[in-house]
Amino acid sequence: MEVLKIATAGSVDDGKSTLIGRILYDTKSLTTDKLEAIETRSKQNGFDYLDFSLATDGLVAEREQGITIDVAHIYFSTQKKSYIIADTPGHIEYTRNMVTGASTSQASIVLVDARNGVIEQTYRHFFINNLLRVKDVIVAVNKMDLVDFSEEKFNAIKSEFEALIAKSNYKEQNVTFIPVSALKGDNVVNGSENTPWYNGQTLLEHLEELNAQDLYEASQARFPIQTVIRPKKDEFHDFRGYAGKLYGGELSVGDAVTVLPSMTTSKVKEIYFFDKKFETAGRGSSCTITLEDNINASRGDMLVKSSEKPRVDKQLTAKICWMDTRELQVGANYLLQNGSNRILSKIKNITGTIAPDFSGDNTDANTLKLNEIGEVAIQLSKPLAFDSYSKNKAVGAFILIDPNTNNTAGVGFIE
Amino acid sequence: MSEIATIAAEKNITDMSTILNVNPLESEAIYIFREVVAQFERPVLLFSGGKDSITLVRLAQKAFYPGKIPFPLLHVDTGHNFPETIEFRDRLAKELGVELIVRNVQDAIDAGKVVEETGRYASRNSLQTTTLLDALEEFKFDAAIGGARRDEEKARAKERIFSVRDDFGQWDEKNQRPELFDHLNGKIDLGQNVRVFPISNWTELDVWSYIEQEDIEIPSIYFAHKRKTFVRDGMIWSAEDDVVFRDEDEVVEERMVRFRTVGDMSCTAAVLSDAISINKVVEEIRDSTISERGARIDDKRSEAAMEKRKQQGYF
Repeated sequence: MEVLKIATAGSVDDGKSTLIGRILYDTKSLTTDKLEAIETRSKQNGFDYLDFSLATDGLVAEREQGITIDVAHIYFSTQKKSYIIADTPGHIEYTRNMVTGASTSQASIVLVDARNGVIEQTYRHFFINNLLRVKDVIVAVNKMDLVDFSEEKFNAIKSEFEALIAKSNYKEQNVTFIPVSALKGDNVVNGSENTPWYNGQTLLEHLEELNAQDLYEASQARFPIQTVIRPKKDEFHDFRGYAGKLYGGELSVGDAVTVLPSMTTSKVKEIYFFDKKFETAGRGSSCTITLEDNINASRGDMLVKSSEKPRVDKQLTAKICWMDTRELQVGANYLLQNGSNRILSKIKNITGTIAPDFSGDNTDANTLKLNEIGEVAIQLSKPLAFDSYSKNKAVGAFILIDPNTNNTAGVGFIE
Repeated sequence: MSEIATIAAEKNITDMSTILNVNPLESEAIYIFREVVAQFERPVLLFSGGKDSITLVRLAQKAFYPGKIPFPLLHVDTGHNFPETIEFRDRLAKELGVELIVRNVQDAIDAGKVVEETGRYASRNSLQTTTLLDALEEFKFDAAIGGARRDEEKARAKERIFSVRDDFGQWDEKNQRPELFDHLNGKIDLGQNVRVFPISNWTELDVWSYIEQEDIEIPSIYFAHKRKTFVRDGMIWSAEDDVVFRDEDEVVEERMVRFRTVGDMSCTAAVLSDAISINKVVEEIRDSTISERGARIDDKRSEAAMEKRKQQGYF
């Protein structure tokens, strides 16, 4: 079945958890025992409605403070497809969690409180979806019930938002506006009688029509080698299989391929998926490939079609979102991990920080603090094969690991 | 038109079987298994004999074919497991030719390291943690692969795919490493270990559908069978094997039941069912209005029951 991953960002005040709870409730995805637990808790807390945020805020600290701290994953399915929602907190101090949630999502829901309109937090949510090139963004203008389902209010928010979109340089992004009331259920799963002026789809109708495959950028075949399989059984005596996942494009038996960074060439001999052989590997498949020639290739190398080579370089510039309390420092060393490849790297300089609200750049930065985004030049100790993030999300992004703490300290998007 | 169909149309391929049709969840799990083997020195697969760990075994087979599964299986045996599960476990390990390590909760009880619970809700479920941590230390395992899924329970919904544990096996839920794209960071210090969850993003229905599609054998207790049971707090408990505490006034009756999870017998309730085959089970799960862990008394102890156990090193 088709799987669609969606990120949501917003604070509890925007009604994000309520929206998710509403989707679960109206698609009958909440099981009786979970629903009963929510009913009991809502009553205990003195609410006269069901507090759906209780379905998603999984940690004690979150329920105590009534906020979402960490990314939660919520699952539901319809007849058409399976959905995975990465529910992320919206406060500025959780920018890293928003980036994390958006990194694996093909679509995103940005919540706006109809009473408050576009606020700083909205800028940030949209900016992150923009930076991460999430192809389909739904702006859910929530709490329409509290503004009497006013069309003027909705249109005002829409035009404010469109001013933001005009500043974006990712023009392929599809942005849709939907007036909803998560609490009352208007235009979430079911339509609404309260918004006769709105002829568009409900939120779920929109999601149902998205094709997960279409939400990927078209890209060339990239096959980072994870591990080499050498069974040393009589039956597979000389077997040497390169195990990995194919990002973008497709690879077929007979294709001329190049191993990077060594530039060794060969041809695809066989494509295995478990005990079956295939003619072609499709995008996203975790397969095992054998080559015609006995060449030297191992973990960290990348297999590509000889006619579609990526860049191979020891220097790159990238936008980096910093995720650690230890600041990123110019001159510091980090392990740059790009898929199965991990290379010791040095920060050469920071060109500037980027305000996450389209307000412009600060060219005067020497460090990147937690949750800051900046443009950074990096020197690698070994050559890396890569694409720009706009060409291939999987091989155009990397993480930086702090060798002192082993923490995932930042994420980079190659320019 | 799906991408596969588009490719087929462009290339004028009519035989769809020549194109590798991708199941994104399966592909993700295989990717994770390969990362574990590449990033860690001594991984182990935590095997309970339940459907999730059986699914893990199949995915591991796929990840390394035609090679063998390159790590052992570890079972923490509470001594209160369903005999059908134990029999199944031993047979599967033998067929795969994979080393099976069994460590018993009873040994920790005998050594006085843990104290058995008493009373009518007594269970050995939470005692598993000590035995698990001891086993990880004994064999110097640096990565323990488990079948936990995010849809099971709301604390698990916050869990990473590579989840770092400190020297005491503790989960620091408020300070987890961000996980971005497919870039899994398994770098740890000596003494730390990582719990790995390859089927994090699967739902119960995904697992059952996969078992059906792949024709994977599972223990018989997952299918409807006649069993001596009694009812308490609206749940059906096994009255065989005398593991579950039973008051004298709790009447034993034979019922047609099956189990949705195969945890420790003392905390796993049965459900009334006539699903005697895998497709009936899938149908039943699809129509079910009770969550899988709704039949697990260990989660019902308090709203934060799972989170607390996880902090202490439960997986």
